[in-house]
This record gives sequence, C-alpha cells and structure tokens, in this order.
Amino acid sequence: MGGAMNDSPLLQCNDVRKAFPKPDGAELLVLEGMNLELREGQIVGLLGRSGSGKSTLLRLIAGLSEPTAGHLRYMGRPISGPAPGIAMVFQSFALFPWLTVFENVALGLEAQRMPRADIRKRSLAAIDLIGLDGFESAYPRELSGGMRQRVGFARALVVHPNILLMDEPFSALDVLTAETLRTDFLDLWAEGRMPIKGVILVTHNIEEAVLMCDRVLVFGSNPGRILSEIKVSLPQPRNRLDPSFRELVERIYVEMTARPLGGPSARQERFPGLGIGSVYPRVSSNLLAGLMEAVAAAPFNGKADLPEIASDLQMEIDELFPVAETLQMLRFAELEGGDLKLTEDGLAFAHAEVDERKRIFTRHLLNYVPLAAHIRRVLDERASHSARKSRFIDELEDFMNEEAADQTLRAVVSWGRYAEAFAYDDENAMFSLENPT
Amino acid sequence: MNRFAPYVFLRDLASRWDVLAFIVVIGLIAFLGETSRGLFAPLSQLEITPLSLDPRHLPEYAARTTFRMLAGLALSLVFTLTYATWAAKSERAGKLLVPILDILQSVPILGFISITVVFFMSLAPGRVLGAEFAAIFAIFTSQAWNMAFSFYQSLRTVPLELIEASESFRLSPWMRFWQLEVPFAMPALIWNMMMSMSGGWFFVVASESISVGHTTVSLPGVGSYIALAIQQKNLSAIGWAIATMLIVILLYDQLLFRPLVAWVDRFRVEQEPGVRVPDSWALTMMRRSRVIQAASVAFHAAVLWTSRVVKRTDEPVAAPTPPKRSLDLLWVSLMIAAVVLGLWHIAWVVIKNTPLREALEVCGLATLTMLRVFILIALASLVWVPIGVWVGMRPRAAQIVQPIAQFMAAFPANLLFPIAVYGIVAWKLNPDIFLSPLMILGTQWYILFNVIAGASAIPAEMRYVAANFRVTGWLWWRKVALPAVLPFYVTGAITASGGSWNAAIVAELATWGNTQVEARGLGSYIAEATSAGDFHRIVLGIGTMSLFVVVINRLFWRPLYYYAERKYRLT
Repeated sequence: MGGAMNDSPLLQCNDVRKAFPKPDGAELLVLEGMNLELREGQIVGLLGRSGSGKSTLLRLIAGLSEPTAGHLRYMGRPISGPAPGIAMVFQSFALFPWLTVFENVALGLEAQRMPRADIRKRSLAAIDLIGLDGFESAYPRELSGGMRQRVGFARALVVHPNILLMDEPFSALDVLTAETLRTDFLDLWAEGRMPIKGVILVTHNIEEAVLMCDRVLVFGSNPGRILSEIKVSLPQPRNRLDPSFRELVERIYVEMTARPLGGPSARQERFPGLGIGSVYPRVSSNLLAGLMEAVAAAPFNGKADLPEIASDLQMEIDELFPVAETLQMLRFAELEGGDLKLTEDGLAFAHAEVDERKRIFTRHLLNYVPLAAHIRRVLDERASHSARKSRFIDELEDFMNEEAADQTLRAVVSWGRYAEAFAYDDENAMFSLENPT
Repeated sequence: MNRFAPYVFLRDLASRWDVLAFIVVIGLIAFLGETSRGLFAPLSQLEITPLSLDPRHLPEYAARTTFRMLAGLALSLVFTLTYATWAAKSERAGKLLVPILDILQSVPILGFISITVVFFMSLAPGRVLGAEFAAIFAIFTSQAWNMAFSFYQSLRTVPLELIEASESFRLSPWMRFWQLEVPFAMPALIWNMMMSMSGGWFFVVASESISVGHTTVSLPGVGSYIALAIQQKNLSAIGWAIATMLIVILLYDQLLFRPLVAWVDRFRVEQEPGVRVPDSWALTMMRRSRVIQAASVAFHAAVLWTSRVVKRTDEPVAAPTPPKRSLDLLWVSLMIAAVVLGLWHIAWVVIKNTPLREALEVCGLATLTMLRVFILIALASLVWVPIGVWVGMRPRAAQIVQPIAQFMAAFPANLLFPIAVYGIVAWKLNPDIFLSPLMILGTQWYILFNVIAGASAIPAEMRYVAANFRVTGWLWWRKVALPAVLPFYVTGAITASGGSWNAAIVAELATWGNTQVEARGLGSYIAEATSAGDFHRIVLGIGTMSLFVVVINRLFWRPLYYYAERKYRLT
C-alpha cells in the first residue's frame, strides 16, 4: 500500500474555520486557515497540545460537526454528516458496555443493513485480523484497556473505510500496551492487510507522531492553526534511538516552542503574556519548583533539552509545556530552540530554602503576573482588605470566555496562596489579605 | 438538575416556564374536573361488586391488584419513553415539558383520582371497566413522574464519545435510541421502577376503593379489602392483608426486580472490574433455561429487525438545524393560547367560587401541614441518620436492613388506622399531633435508604484516617460521618418531604369503622372535599398543595442540594 500514489486526494480541507458562538453573542475561534490533504497510502499526524483544535478538525472530517467556513471534501465530494467511507477510533474506546465484542464490531454493519450472513463473516474477519479471536462473546468490562482498544480498531475496520481517523487512540493505555498496539497496527498497515487507504492520527505525543506518520502537521493554539508541516521520510520500521529519529523529534520540539512572528518587541516575544487579559494554565507551585529543581540539578545544570528532560521526568508534552511556559512567563526560565534555560532567579529559587523561595516567588508573581498585582492592589487599597471573586471574573471576561476566566483566576489563586500574597476563601468566594486563624 | 449552577436557584424559583407549566397543569385539571361534572348523572346507578373479607379470596385480590400495578407500570414506561424522550430531544418542547413534569410530580396523587375518576368511568358507563381505568390511571400517576425524570436525566447525560461513535457509524435515530440511549438509561430507570412500585402500594387503598362524592366504587383487590376491613373494624382481616402484601412484595421482588437489577448491571457505563455484581437466583434460572434463552435471542433479533424495518432518514446528523422563525412563532402562539385557557379555567373554577376568606383559610391549613412535614422530617432524621450510618458501615447489616426498609416503604398508612384511632380515642390524645406520624410512615425510609448508601460509600481510607488519628465520638460524627452522608441525606429528605405531602391526604383523616379522627391541615381539607365531591374545593386544595410543594422545593431543598453537592460530595 505504501507507494501506491493516486492523483485525486482522499481528503481535502480548504481554508477551514471553526468558531463556537459564545453566550454574549461573540464567537470563540478554535480553528483558522486549515489546509490539509490526505493522499492514498499516507498516515498524516495532527500534533499539538490540548486546545489546539486538532480534535475539532478530526470531528469536522468525521462529519460530526460542520465548519463555520471553508470546504471539506472526501473523494471529491463535500462532507455533510458522517460519510460511509470514514471511520473513527476513539481515545476512550467508546465501546457500548452492554454489547459483546462481536456485537460492538457488528454494530456499524447492522446500521448499514447488510445481510446477516455477511455481517457475521466480515465481523469475524475483522476480529480475527486485529487479534481478538476467542474474545467474541466477552463484554468490554472483562477486557484490559489494550484489548478494548483492539475492539475499537476492529469496529472501525469492519466497515471497510477508505480513511481511518484516530483520536489519540493510544493515550489512555499504559506505555507497554500502547507500544504493542502501535507496532501491530504499523505491521498490518505495511503489509496492506487493512482495508484502508489513508490514516489521520491525532496525537500530542511527538515520538508517536514521528514513529507512525509520513507527514506531521504541527498545530499552534489560540486559535488552532497549522504552524508547520514536517515530512518524515525515515523507512519503516522506525527506531526511536536512531540519530535521525532523535533529530526529527528535536526539530519538532523547536517548532512547538517557537513563538509566532510579529510580536511587539523581542523582549516581550520571549516573555509573552502581558496585561490582565492573559489566560494562565493551572500549574501548581509544586510542579514549577519541581521542574526548576530538575533543570538546575546535574546533568542539566540550568539548561535542559526539552525532549531529554521530558523523557527524564516521564512527562508528555501536554504536561511539560504548560509548566515550562509558566516558568517563562514568571521569568524563571527562557524557552529557546527546544531548550529550557533557567534565569538567575530561577537558579536562585532552585537552590533556596522554603522561606527564601517564597520571597523570590512573591516578587516574580507580583511583578510579572498583572492579575496577581491587580488583586493585591485592590486588596491593599480597600479599607476592608477584601474583595469578591466575581469582581475579578467580570474583569477577566472582558478578555476571555467564562471557562478560561475561571481557570485563570484559579491558577492565580493557587500561586497567590503559595506566595502568601493574598488569601482566598472559596466558600464565600472572597479574596482577603489576612489568612484564616 | 444542573449540579454546576449553585447560584441560579433564585432565577429557578420563578422562571417563566415554571409559571407557565403550573398554569397549564392546574388549568388542565380544572378543565377535566369541570368536564367530568357534566357526565356525573348516568354514573350514579353504577353497580358495585360485593367484596368479601374471607381470606380465601385474598389470592385472587392480590393477583388483581398486582395486575393493576403492573399495568400502571407498563403505562408509566410508555409515558416515560415518549414524554421524556420528547423533552430531551426537542429543546423547544423541553423548555415546557420539564417544568410540567416538575409540577405534575408535586400534584398529590389523590388529587388526580378525585378529579379524573368520573371522567374515566364515563368512558365505559355502567361497567367496571371504567373504574379499572380510573384505578390504573391513579396507580400510573403514583409511578410515572420519577421514572420520566430519571429517563430524561439519563438522555441528557449519555457520554459524548458514545454519541459520536453511534453517529460516526451512522446509526439511524431509531437504532440509536434502542441500542444506545435506552440501554444507557436502564440502570437508573429500573431503580426508579422499584421506587414506583413501593409508591403505588402506599396508595393502593385510595386507588381501588374510590369514593368521590356520590361515586363509590370498590374494585376487587387488596386495597378495597383493606378499606372494607377498616369499615367493618375487622382486625384479623387487616392482619391477613398485611401478610398478603408481604408475600406479594416478596414475590415480585424476587421474580421481577432482582433479576432486572442483576441483568441491568451490564448496562452500567463505568467499566470498573471487581465491583460486586448483584446476583439473582431467578435470573440465573432464566439464563440457564433453554426456553427463555431462545425467547431472549428472538427478542434481540426482533429489536435488530425493527432497526432494519424502520425507515432510515439519511439526513445529515451534524449540526442542529437553525430554529425556524415561523415554527417559533407557532410555538409561542400555542403557549399563549394554553396560558389563556389555563388562566380562564382556574379563574372560572376556583376564583369565581371561592371567597377570599376560604383561600386564606386554605393557606393557613397548608402552613399547618408544612409545619408537620418539616417537624416530622427533622424527627425522622434524628432517628434514621445515626442508624443509617451505623448500618451503612456494616455491609452485612445493610444486606438485612435494605429489603425490610423496602417493604416498610410500601406499607400503606391505612393499615395503621386502627392503632392510631384506638390510641387517640382511648387516651383522648390530640389528633393534630398524634395523627402526624402516619404522614411519614412510608416516606421516612427514603432517608434511611440514602443514608445507608452514603455511609457505605465512605472510602475505607477515610475511615482508616479517622481511626488512625483517634477521631471518635461526637467529633467523628461532626467531621467524618455527617459531612460524608450529607449529599445522600438531602436527596433522601427531598423524596421524603414530597412523599409526606402526598401522604397527608391519607394520614390527616383516619377512620376506623364509624369513628373518624381528623388533624387540621391541607390533607384533611382535600380528603373531605373529595368525599363530599366538592370539586371547587378539590381544585383549590390541590392547587395550593402543588404551589406549596414547588415553592418549598425551589426555595429550600434545591439550594440545600446544590450546597451539599458542591461542598460534601466525595468524588
């Protein structure tokens, strides 16, 4: 199947845009300027962090929702609703717990009203292909995670789709199981034993993308868009320890940490997130301290290569990036070219005792997180030294949606508590200066 | 209920949809009552089948009562699958249908009987069939609402990925309903069916031995048997009735609900292995029986067959179609018409015939009943919360207590009339106080059920921590046990409170032979109006009771529920 190229693409996305209406009438843009082409014999990876819109794009392709603008074409025909030749594998398997393995697999064929005998034949063939024979009459709850996802694959393959969509299919599995399943899938693909012509894989795991895909589209956030396209021409089966494999992984890390062009100044470019309108991820002070300590310690000594430290700490990019970026925002570190380098204060923090750490953290929090400084200023100015949470939420919602405002305020509350910059009582939703006695 | 909106209850209190729903429901009741009054005359000659207190007739009576309850349950199921589905699928309809369900739930069950009996009997004049309709409808009203609510909730909480999977594999709406939505809703629905059966028993006397004005019907059944025993002061017959009920409840529990609960376990979506699987000898038997095996295979094939037969509409499932302007307009004008009609009937029936003095008096009576309900809930809580926590921490004890409590919940208050009336007359007690316990007779068990469930859900680690730090005595109750069971307790107390309002109509007016003991309250007001056949007062009483229940729920129970969920739910 590998080399068979054909002129008309299986799938085409042109200038696809997706926005969700907000309650106040404005719209929340999640995808913009999406251009994508899938040709026969290809596995295309959509790589990005959560919130970059890659899953949204997959659902548009699956026909589960409609784009706000732009065109999606499957084999030259516009996509409106789930197309017969596109099947999907879900992150959390999405099996029907009340159906047996066989019934789960047969469901898609039942929906097509195929003759009973054909359903049986094809379902058993798919079950056989994916290595589930013997489990036909088992219920999903009796199976391990890996076996459940095999059912997910069999269910998708049984309808003989031209395109297989995979939404982080291995991320709910443990490392070993995931690797076995990936290898099995790649073997079947290489041998051309699956009735599929092209695959789109959504993932946030860089190594998985390099391991499996022919092309990787790197997604950026806010709004979701394609930052770059990377061609992976390493021969299959690929070896994770191969220097050219490592090089590609490193290159993608650099792509993903690079800032978009056109910022106000170089300085602010490296330290984004000025003004009260910034959205912060919920990263605990423990994680911040932990990462600073890890980078400060040997063998990194203050400067760490992101892929290296990620595998060292066994963190996925989805977990690592928000921490690294928060460190950058607090100016405890700089992110550059796939490296994380601690600043002077970052190093000082890593080597300090508890009280000194809090002093450093407080200084940085109030200097570089405008929202924290704003809360502190309001509390200082008021005679009562207290303020309602709703007051700040209202201010934030001028810049962001409700969910993001809530998340941002919670992040700042947790940093403010660690820094002892202010206190917060969730019961009454009140900020104050004094700590409870 | 939306768990994530703790502060919306003020808005909840008077959403225009609720007001609308209230007007429509009460207006409809007023309409039915008004219509049926015109049909009153020809029914006065209805013949009454004589009933016998001979215990030899009890098996037959029990069978007929059970049949009625199952017929009611089947009707409730049909209602649930249609009404709740409509409410969940159509946003436009749901806005009105859900509040209507909420109001219907608060209308006292006996209210439905007194209003609808004449209507139903006019369907088959001069025959028992009409009365059977009325009885089955009455039972239906005691079973349907909570089932519909549970199904609606389930439909709204089907996991997104399962919906996407069924869309992506292009299941037709019909297939999706039977293969995804119904199975997903099944566990909660079965649980609510069990509750409904208990609720049905509680009102079995009122629904079989119907007495509205000049219309008196006694359908052969356990309920009428009890009514006759009370009328004839036959204590041994009461004993026989209790024994019969016990046997019937035991039978359908073992033959129907146990197997259902065990079977439905596979429909749970949380796929955690190692959780205790409920077992049932009856289900095991059925599974091993070839005949039943074959029947179930045939049934499954039939379900699949329907999904092939039902026409498939290949319209795109994606993105809801934008609401059509003209349809909206039609909908709104329909609503306006309903409000006008409802207001008209309420005004016609109630206000025209009710002096202000009477309205005030009814409100006063409602306040008395409210006082009773709150005091009784508080007292029952004092008793059952500690016991429930104790039982819940001991799985063995819970296994013994649960079925007993389930039986007690089905125990009709009428069966305790002899004791209550004897006691009150013999010792010249104040009926305002000493009739009250009958109100909570059947409903207090919901507090016990829920507290047991809550206590058994306390994580073992939390108990070890308490033991490790030697947190004992009052401190343990204050910091560990009570907070942990609070969300469960509130759920139980809401059910108990609603049920007690309902029971007030039976409990505030107790008879034993010719002796009648009455407690002043809204319940006895409605009971008296019913036996007098004064349907203006019935509508006024029922409307007031519904209003009180809805307002108390919105102002007191719901905020408490949100608070408990937010602060004390262990996840």
